[in-house]
Amino acid sequence: MVIDWLPSVLIVVLLALGVIGALRRVSLWRAGQPEKVNLIAGLLAMPGRYLKDLHHVVERDKYMSRTHVATGGGFVLSMVLVLIVHVFNVQQQIVAWALIGALLIMLTGAFFVFKRRLNPPERLSKGPWMRLPKSLIIYSLTFIVLTLPAAGILPDASGSVLMIAVLSVGIVIGLGELLFGMGWGGPMKHAFAGALHLAFHRRSERFGGGRSTGLKPVNLDGDVLGVAKPSDFKWNQLLGFDACVQCGKCQAMCPAFAAGQPLNPKKLIQDMVVGLAGGTDANYAGSPYPGKEVGNAKGGPNEIITAGLVSQETLWSCTTCRACVEECPMMIEHVDAIVDMRRFLTMEKGETPNKGSEVLENIIATDNPGGYAPGSRTNWAADQNLAVMKEKKETDVLFWVSDGAFDMRSQRILRAFVKLMKHANVDVAILGDEERDSGDVARRLGDDATFQSLAQRNLATLGQYKFKKIVTTDPHAYHCLRNEYADFDKEGALEGVEVLHHTTFLNQLVQSGALKLDAFKGGKVTYHDPCYLGRYNGEYEAPRELLRSLGIEIAEMERSGFRSRCCGGGGGAPITDIPGERRIADMRMEDASTTGAELVAVGCQQCTAMLEGVVEPRPVVKDISEILVDQLAEEVH
Amino acid sequence: MPHKVISLISVGRHPQSGRSRRADQDSRAVELGLKLAGTDLDVVHAGSSQEPVLRQYAGMGLPKVTVLEQDESADALVSIADYLKSEKADIVLTGVRAESGESSGMTPYILSEQLGWPIVARVADIVDIKEGEAQVLLALPRGQRRQVTVKLPFIASIDNAAEAARQSAFGPGLRAKMDSQKGSTVEDSVRVDWSEAPAKARPKRLKIVKAKTAADRFKAATAKPQGGSGKVMKNESAQEQAQAIFDLLIEEKVIR
Ligand code: SF4
Ligand code: SF4
Repeated sequence: MVIDWLPSVLIVVLLALGVIGALRRVSLWRAGQPEKVNLIAGLLAMPGRYLKDLHHVVERDKYMSRTHVATGGGFVLSMVLVLIVHVFNVQQQIVAWALIGALLIMLTGAFFVFKRRLNPPERLSKGPWMRLPKSLIIYSLTFIVLTLPAAGILPDASGSVLMIAVLSVGIVIGLGELLFGMGWGGPMKHAFAGALHLAFHRRSERFGGGRSTGLKPVNLDGDVLGVAKPSDFKWNQLLGFDACVQCGKCQAMCPAFAAGQPLNPKKLIQDMVVGLAGGTDANYAGSPYPGKEVGNAKGGPNEIITAGLVSQETLWSCTTCRACVEECPMMIEHVDAIVDMRRFLTMEKGETPNKGSEVLENIIATDNPGGYAPGSRTNWAADQNLAVMKEKKETDVLFWVSDGAFDMRSQRILRAFVKLMKHANVDVAILGDEERDSGDVARRLGDDATFQSLAQRNLATLGQYKFKKIVTTDPHAYHCLRNEYADFDKEGALEGVEVLHHTTFLNQLVQSGALKLDAFKGGKVTYHDPCYLGRYNGEYEAPRELLRSLGIEIAEMERSGFRSRCCGGGGGAPITDIPGERRIADMRMEDASTTGAELVAVGCQQCTAMLEGVVEPRPVVKDISEILVDQLAEEVH
Repeated sequence: MPHKVISLISVGRHPQSGRSRRADQDSRAVELGLKLAGTDLDVVHAGSSQEPVLRQYAGMGLPKVTVLEQDESADALVSIADYLKSEKADIVLTGVRAESGESSGMTPYILSEQLGWPIVARVADIVDIKEGEAQVLLALPRGQRRQVTVKLPFIASIDNAAEAARQSAFGPGLRAKMDSQKGSTVEDSVRVDWSEAPAKARPKRLKIVKAKTAADRFKAATAKPQGGSGKVMKNESAQEQAQAIFDLLIEEKVIR
């Protein structure tokens, strides 16, 4: 018949158009800054990363992971077979049967996608994403029918013009979505961009169960510091944004979003996509930034982001808690992007909001955010009889005190920890007035110049002394020392040094029997995971084990462990103080109260300050070292 | 017609750490200068162009800083006076008192004397400039202001009540141009003989507040210091006057 050839031609045309679109997409990513990645190794590692790492995250939602395996797997397999059967015309019944099998699998998957979309949760984007399951179903049905003759089930139906016409429409709709849409920015873009994103991820250490949370240093000699325009991102960051499936898992976890502050990590990533491709956010069909209407954002690869695409408050609302990153099935790095843009605002524009500028100026002039005399850093320890490194030179444990030294509440934590160490006869010393702010706040506020200067000076000080371990009660300092100083440690001041959080260290002492504790007799206890201890450093177990060793059965909050909700104190958020409808700390305290706990155990002075700032009545807040110190077993003399 | 505004800057000293920084009043002078003249503002420093603190000033958005290169021992006043004479400035802004060096607060006065310009001390804001005159707000204690009109050109020393300096941004600060010019070589003959030592804290008299209610305490904390208990002794003999002082010292427990 005359139009028998139509299906194969349509397939080839749509495939070609898809490829052209894909190449255009690639050119959009290439507008970004160069970043070295091993292309070949990345591509080779990609299937493994997809099957293991990405699915490890998707697995948290069993429904979705099975659905995706069926749909995605079915599609890839069927696409290959479609080319074999319908383009290269291989007339083997077995191949045709295989194709029908693959299509049936995909059809089943697509049906479940459809079902979820009947009543989608708020976090999911609507718009074209509502169309997707229907297109998937049309694709699979069309090709099943088209393949039946080849499988020998139907007589060759090529006679019917009407049939071919109908099937051709099916091909256009189905393959149009899958192939054309993939290249030209439809929902299926995620498959193409996502696969390459996995291959060329900027933090390849994250695959295979690794952790990579330290921010990347800014090249201070650069023409522009931080990210002003989408094209200032590294090319693979742009690629990463494009991989977003708008599942909204990040949005559902984001404390700032829940507090009604003008931040929604999903929208932010979508705005980055608008920026890299050029245009407006008019087609965005998900939840907005709280309090901001959708449709007014405009951007392009070479336009300043904060001049029309994303507002400054959005960027300053983030607590850098990493809940979004932890939850993102596409392993997108929201925090990197946010801090990159903050860097431009702070280091190029000098527009850190609220107390930001004052705090940064203090850190620059006094090495502590409060602007206190550097010579008063050790005043808290006047009665502690602690050795100072300047005199001692060599020690087993170096206690990194951090800026809690200047704060009366935090000093109680410090004293408790010192008492515990003394009790266990730990060989310990502090840097005293030689210690400086770790640079955490400066870095999160976008002032990488100040962070780098602090890191270098702290490392120079550390390099003069010998010690086996650094232990700190401050998870933020812990994170800097453990994950971020290495980029500047030219002399190897921290080489071979174990950096530990005090809960980890105390747990070692308790497990080894060096610390003897009585059972805890108070009421119900819950534990709040500090973001910089948990998600940033993977330490969920030591604090819990410590509490258990006191005989405490922890009443876990619904959001705990890697899903713990931030206290609102990270990322300089209390300093930039962007208004919302609620306070993050209040929400977290509500989580704690719901468990019926009378005591919230924490492992961070910042969390302590934030949670204690919640109005009473509420559970008591104590650092784990404060809880332990009250249970020290009486020595028998 | 735009007016030529010059802000003079010096190396400040952080009160807690003693570390160099942009001086508080000087940076307010730059802030006010930026308000009046935008980036046409000429910011002038007498000293070394290698001084890192200049970058902190430049980070406020200055494309360049004019540096009158001179030794530390040279008299900055001479460099600045020479420069101001050669530039046709309308307004020169300085701090009230430097945070380092002699810190005598004399710079604006001596400059005004040498140039023959009026000086307006402790300025909070310059509201308007027109027809060769400026409307200036002077800062008085307790947030009070006095408005005066001054003929151009003049020198203004900027009070802590003026608009605080904007944040200094690292990038622009790093990239700003240091426009070096030759400064004076005249030695500051007074200063060479000086030696610097940390100041001893002076004993402060404790203020005993006898207030019973919060309202009283608030009043005590905010009220203007009241005289009244003093006595003027003009006609008494020297003997009696000395006795009165002696009695007061005993009463205040200064001597026992
Ligand atoms: S950024 Fe990640 S978690 Fe957020 S919507 Fe996109 S894919 Fe989902
Ligand atoms: S890091 Fe935390 S606060 Fe920031 S966007 Fe992600 S979830 Fe929201």
